[in-house]
Order: sequence, then C-alpha cells, then structure tokens
Amino acid sequence: MSSTDLNVTDGWTLWVILGLAIITVVTRSFFFLSNTEWHLPHWAQRGLQYAPIAALSAVVVPEIVMTQGELIATWQDARIFAAAVGVAVYFAKRNVLLTIVLGMAVYLPLHLGLGW
Amino acid sequence: MFWQRKLYQHPEFKLGVRDLAPQAFGQIAWALMTGVALVKSGMSVFEAVFMTLVVYAGSSQLAATPLIVAGAPAWVVLAAGFCVNLRFVVFSLHMRGYLMHLPRWPRIVTGYFNTDPTYVLFTRRFAHPANTDELRLTQEAYLAGLSFANWTSWISCSLLGIALANAIPTSWGLGFAGILCLLGIQCSLASSRLRVLSAIVAGIAAVLAYALPLKLNIVLAILMAVFACLMAEQFKAAKERLA
Repeated sequence: MSSTDLNVTDGWTLWVILGLAIITVVTRSFFFLSNTEWHLPHWAQRGLQYAPIAALSAVVVPEIVMTQGELIATWQDARIFAAAVGVAVYFAKRNVLLTIVLGMAVYLPLHLGLGW
Repeated sequence: MFWQRKLYQHPEFKLGVRDLAPQAFGQIAWALMTGVALVKSGMSVFEAVFMTLVVYAGSSQLAATPLIVAGAPAWVVLAAGFCVNLRFVVFSLHMRGYLMHLPRWPRIVTGYFNTDPTYVLFTRRFAHPANTDELRLTQEAYLAGLSFANWTSWISCSLLGIALANAIPTSWGLGFAGILCLLGIQCSLASSRLRVLSAIVAGIAAVLAYALPLKLNIVLAILMAVFACLMAEQFKAAKERLA
C-alpha cells in the first residue's frame, strides 16, 4: 500500500504507475494492436465524425460550470467570462493561441483580483 | 516515431511542430500545474517524475493520483485510468486506417505518442488515410512533428512543475489555461450543425452525470452525443426521402 510519509517511494506505487503506462499504450493503440484486417460498420464510421468534439466537450464543460461536483450557483465566476470571451475570440479570429491568451487575460484579473 | 531520420528531415515534420506550437503554449501552465498537483496530492518526487515519464497522460495521472495516495486497490486505480483514457480508444479506431501499413511495434509506439491535440490536428489536416507510399510518409512525418512538439513541451513543463511544486500556489488557477486550450480546439472542430449538437449533448450529459464514479460521466456523455447525432442523421435522411 502507499506510504503515508509523503516523500518516501514504495514499490507498490511504482508497479501501479507501470500499470497505468500499459493502460496508456493499450488505450491509445486499442484498434490497431492486432494485425488482422477488419472493417468498421457504417454507423461506427459515421460516429467518428462526432466523437472527438463530444469527448472534448465532456471534459471541458464541467471544468467551466462546476465546482466540487456541483453546478455553480453564482454568475461571479471568472471561468464563465473567460470561456465566453475565449469562444467569441475563436470564432472572430480562428486562432487557438489568441483564445488562450485573451481568455486568461479575462480570467486572471477576475480570479486573483476579485477572488471570483 | 519522431527519432527516425526519414521523418524528422521531412518538411511536414516542421509543419507539424509549427501547428502544435500554440497548443503547446496553452499547455505550459496546464503541464506545470499537473506536475505541481502530483506532488501536492502526496506522490514522492521520484514517483511523480517516474509517472510523468512513463504514463504520459495528464488526465489519467490526475485521476489516479488521489486513488493511489488513498491506498485504493490496484485494479480500481487502473480501471479509473482506463475510463479516463477511453477517448483514446475512439481515436485509435479512427487512426487505424492511417497506421495499419506500419509493422506492429512502430504502430503501437506511434499510438502511444498520439494524444488529444496531436489527434485533433492530424485528422483536421488529413481527412482521409493516404493511398500512396509518398503520401503515407508525409502523413507519418506530420504526425511525428506534432508528437515531438507535444511530448517535449508536456514532459519538460511537467518536470518543471514537480520541481516548483512548493513555490506555485494552486489557488492562482493557472491550470485554467489548459481548459481554454481544449475549448479552442473544440471550437475548431465545430464545423457542422451536427457536430455542434454533439458538443451540446456531451456537455450537458457530462454535467448531469458528474456524480458517476471513475469519471464514467465522460464515457456516458460521448456515447449519448454520438447516439444523438446518428439518430439526427437518420431522421434527416428519412425526411429527405419523403420530400
């Protein structure tokens, strides 16, 4: 089991970390681990059109509108304003870097200055 | 793989590095905070460095760490890591057509280095797998450039984060830059009405199902969004047949 002393390394933890590395390899190569040739059903090929944006949205949206597992109840949250500005900037300029920079330019003053 | 001469000398390699640069920039703060978070939540410095170098999956590292520290059974930690990584299974299905010409091990190594930003940028630039050897090499070189830029920036910033763990307060919220980065990529994918529908359904479902254990809300949200879009396609096709 993991150690309670924070700066001591134990063997069990290292094995679990190695296991996580194998999980990374297996999930990232899942459908080309095997050499056998096979074809995707039509619906799965269509589904691929929609899966990546769904995965991003599923990760991103809770990070913007939730705090500790609860939907935020106030509009005084720096993340909402930063995300809104980020989306607007992206569709105006089609530039991801500018989205990040201007989004953070809204986020940091609200978050650090006003404590939102 | 980016250490092969035929790939890093190909002009597409440089293009891949350049296309990834903005994402890498946005990822800096995120990677830093991941490094900080690993140490802050109770990993030893050696464990955090080892994890950063071999696991190479920020979201699964962040999901697994509290479980490891709490002494959860290994299978629970690994199951959580697998679920957070399920999106990569979807990516691998898509990448199959682009990589099957490679022998098994190079294919698997290429897969290992394929993360969210590299996958999205690669499939945005190449909508279809190559049908000539020359084009295959072009695609491989572009992917190698993306992977190289992403791996070096992620690993170096994570390690820096581990080193600085006690100097940067988590309360600054610098990790939010990573979310803005993903948000920008998400917007760049919103190229059709059905994809917008997919994003809306997934976003709402992920929030409503947030209480599910092991981050299963993300898997459920993806499944529901894809299902909704396939249904909408069917509905549209049926309406066109009637018209």
